[in-house]
Amino acid sequence: MTAVLSCRNLSRRFGAVHAVDDVDLDVEPGARHALIGPNGAGKSTLLHLLSGVLSPSSGAVALEGRDISRLSVSRRSRLGLSQTFQHSLLFLSMTARENVALAVARRHGVRPWPRRRVHSAVADRAGQALGTVGLADRSEVPAGSLAHGERRQLDIAVTLACEPRLLLLDEPAAGMSPAEVERLGALIELIPPEVTVLFVEHDLELVFRLATTVTVLHLGAELITGTPDEVRASDAVQEAYLGTEGQHTDLFLRPEPAVDPASR
Amino acid sequence: MNAHATVAPTVESAGAATPRGRRDIVRVVLLVTLVLCLVGLPLVADPFATTTATRVLAFALLAVSLDLLVGVTGLPSLGHAAYFGVGAYTAGWLSIHIGIDGPVALLAATLAGASVAAATGWLAVRSGGIFFLMLTLAIGEVLHQVAHSWRSVTGGSDGMYGVPATTVGGVDLANPGFLYWYVLGAFGVGYLLIRMVVRSSFGAALRGIHDNEPRMRALGYPVFGYKLAAFVIAGAGAGLAGGLLVAQQRIVTPDDLGFTTGALVLLAVVIGGAGTLWGACIGAAVVVLVRDYFGPALDGHGPLLLGIVFVIVVYVMPRGVAGVAGIRGKERAA
Repeated sequence: MTAVLSCRNLSRRFGAVHAVDDVDLDVEPGARHALIGPNGAGKSTLLHLLSGVLSPSSGAVALEGRDISRLSVSRRSRLGLSQTFQHSLLFLSMTARENVALAVARRHGVRPWPRRRVHSAVADRAGQALGTVGLADRSEVPAGSLAHGERRQLDIAVTLACEPRLLLLDEPAAGMSPAEVERLGALIELIPPEVTVLFVEHDLELVFRLATTVTVLHLGAELITGTPDEVRASDAVQEAYLGTEGQHTDLFLRPEPAVDPASR
Repeated sequence: MNAHATVAPTVESAGAATPRGRRDIVRVVLLVTLVLCLVGLPLVADPFATTTATRVLAFALLAVSLDLLVGVTGLPSLGHAAYFGVGAYTAGWLSIHIGIDGPVALLAATLAGASVAAATGWLAVRSGGIFFLMLTLAIGEVLHQVAHSWRSVTGGSDGMYGVPATTVGGVDLANPGFLYWYVLGAFGVGYLLIRMVVRSSFGAALRGIHDNEPRMRALGYPVFGYKLAAFVIAGAGAGLAGGLLVAQQRIVTPDDLGFTTGALVLLAVVIGGAGTLWGACIGAAVVVLVRDYFGPALDGHGPLLLGIVFVIVVYVMPRGVAGVAGIRGKERAA
């Protein structure tokens, strides 16, 4: 089974800081692959390297065996790699339906003249996508008037409407109330199994609820990749999070892990 | 909170069903009246007023084409008059030296505006915000300088004069009324084409770029190409408007593509309310009327009056004439 997404020797430096340092990663088809690590571990930078927002200092990224290291964000998106953003990025002056319609419309071909049939097909598909994430009755509300949790739902609807093969989620639960996190978890579980998901998340309860594979990053480098149980049992992970060797508290039961001062 | 959220939209849609139908009728009646007034104007107005109205139409089309950039795509350009001037010089030159028919000259002006916009736009649309503003200003100044220096073609600072009266199928349009109808027809075609673009899926994508460019990239839209296409379409509209200008004033001077013209169009778009095409037309009418109609009576202080109008507009109606109408419309609906 070839990986949907793989990267080799991927590095990104900001001046003297090695934000991402020689990372190899394989995301298997259908996986729910979580990227975790203390603050400053390079999770978001790695995600941006994969999506093309940042370009790597060295190393390569491949999507289904094809080298995409030099492709723009929009080219990668057309190849089936979609992303949501840490600060959810929406079209705030448009309604929820128009937000999703923009994602749907590109797949139907964009023309500078009116096409009624295509237009209504796009609107229907957008309505469906909103229904899937539970925003059916909010479709005509401007995105700027939606609550924070609803914006996250809309963000996922927009991203799913691109019909991606690989979905990158950057801290989907950031700033959510426990009830909203609960709904988000259910929402991510609804994502069709043929769509592979790679996500960065701080909420470890959510990570261990969803993930089939977990990669722990520490100081820009990959510490361990394994099943959730393997990661939970690892001494190295304990150390990275707590900075103490051999001290076996089950840190993954805490919502917020302590941060290693050495990792900034 | 949840209950409120689900109830609100249903109440609104049920209440709006009848007024919406009535509002459509009102809109159609208004539109028909407007078209009749525009068409009937030369029958009642004196020749000077008719000529001023012709200039308003040319300038309004320029403003509409700029609004595609400013209001829809979010690219405020200070150099849009450059493509207006290119269209005017092209139509003027072809009429003088080849003596082609009016509509063919307009087509040539449109293509010239689009070509020059394509040649300069690939540079300009790489930037955004204040840098785009400065780049378009620079491009406009370069073309202004070319118009000044390339005497053999443009006539330099004397301008390109002696443009013959527009002919359609060999018939002279020397009568201001006939010329007005000709310009009105071309304006209508240009306006409707730009309106079609704005309302299409391409127009929706341009609004998406205005709202959130990084997200449009993440959705897989080739943003650079879209912005360039918008720039070229706007350039084509400006070129057509330039062709209409020369049909009316029968002389082109470097001032027609200079900074002042570029700033005045931007002013027209802001006065009218960026993003609504008819608003841009109203803004253009205000600018031309103040400059050409009331200006002479004020002993050449037209620009002063324009400045005052602009300051008032910015303070009293920050979203332009169209913004005020939009608020009224919403109040009525509620």
